[in-house]
Amino acid sequence: MDTAVREAEGDFGPRDWAQHPPYLSPLYKSTVLRSPRKPLIPMKQCLSVRTGPVFGHDSVDALDNDLTKNGRVNGEPVGERMIVTGRVLDENGRPVPHTLLEIWQANACGRYVHRWDQHDAPLDPNFFGAGRCITDAEGRYRFTTIKPGAYPWGNHHNAWRPAHIHFSLFGPSFLTRLVTQMYFPGDPLLPLDPIYNGVPEGARELLVSRFSIDVTEPVWALGYEFDIVLRGRQATPMEG
Amino acid sequence: MSQTLKQTPSQTVGPYFAYAWTPELYGRRPLATNRLAARDMPGEHIRIEGIVHDGEGTPIRDCVVEIWQAGADGKHAPGAAGFGRCGTDDAGRYFFDTVKPGSHGDGHAPHIAVTVFARGMLSHAFTRLHFSDEAAANAEDPVLATVPDDRRDTLIAQRAETPGGVVYRFDIHLQGERETVFFDC
Repeated sequence: MDTAVREAEGDFGPRDWAQHPPYLSPLYKSTVLRSPRKPLIPMKQCLSVRTGPVFGHDSVDALDNDLTKNGRVNGEPVGERMIVTGRVLDENGRPVPHTLLEIWQANACGRYVHRWDQHDAPLDPNFFGAGRCITDAEGRYRFTTIKPGAYPWGNHHNAWRPAHIHFSLFGPSFLTRLVTQMYFPGDPLLPLDPIYNGVPEGARELLVSRFSIDVTEPVWALGYEFDIVLRGRQATPMEG
Repeated sequence: MSQTLKQTPSQTVGPYFAYAWTPELYGRRPLATNRLAARDMPGEHIRIEGIVHDGEGTPIRDCVVEIWQAGADGKHAPGAAGFGRCGTDDAGRYFFDTVKPGSHGDGHAPHIAVTVFARGMLSHAFTRLHFSDEAAANAEDPVLATVPDDRRDTLIAQRAETPGGVVYRFDIHLQGERETVFFDC
């Protein structure tokens, strides 16, 4: 693999644990045996983490940001067509340009293409559910896709995941790596979802996209906006 | 900082990331794989392999390990080994075919940055792989020095010469008595 490399001009700020979910969140049962329990050890940043992979436009195929087209076999995928767009910024409010986003999601019926997904809902032969995109110079990305459906899971009695899209981002270093999920405004399943609720109160709302009539395209697709904020540079220490 | 925004919270990858992250099985082109080193890449060619375990020692099959490393010359440069991604199999196993990284020349022992993602992990976990045959460099390494003595071996991949080549064994324990050291960085 011939990945370019970017080196940051200094340390990144810490992961803000007031924003991120703790490893142990017992209402989401899978965390019980998978959460590190010993305290994390603070690490001074060095070259191997200040740098990170940079994926060029050759990492992305022409249809990768259009999930309504990249899985087509013999027709349009079924469901509510939508555009998801937004900006990738850092904590300092600066755009994160030319960085890769990967997304994956269920189809309109709440079924993933994944070979383990046994949900009794139809697969859509014309929808694969995965895409990639690279942000432009202003940090903007844009996907065309189908609104995912809710689906049941085995966490607790009558457990249903709210409709969501998984987002994976790299940013400028190995430390800015983020995997998150985008949700939809007004979803009645949100207050019941232990994964969404794993995030500290007051921070959860950042995972909910905004419906936008300006992004919506007439006679074509509804528009949603979802901005993503990655770790920024370490603040300059105040002079004493 | 001029303007301060709040970090977007992390969420789990869930169980169904494979067709996006390791999509070869689904007939799609992967972004990155677990084979970082073409045959002609300079350096000692090695395999890194291990099993990811949960708190009861059960192997985890819905886990992804990502690595980021320098080339044999200690530089992060285009064409160097760089970035790798591997999903665990049904027995919780992962492996990378790569070259052994050189030292950055900044006092750190040769090492590889490692992140672990899984269903049940709301945030990914960050660790660092060191090499068992670098005892002298490891003894001087400023990061290993911050790790309690009795946990340091969770960060040391054990070298073995096998008929197929050099293998470094690096098991990851998300929890439990042998919990891998994870870092806040």
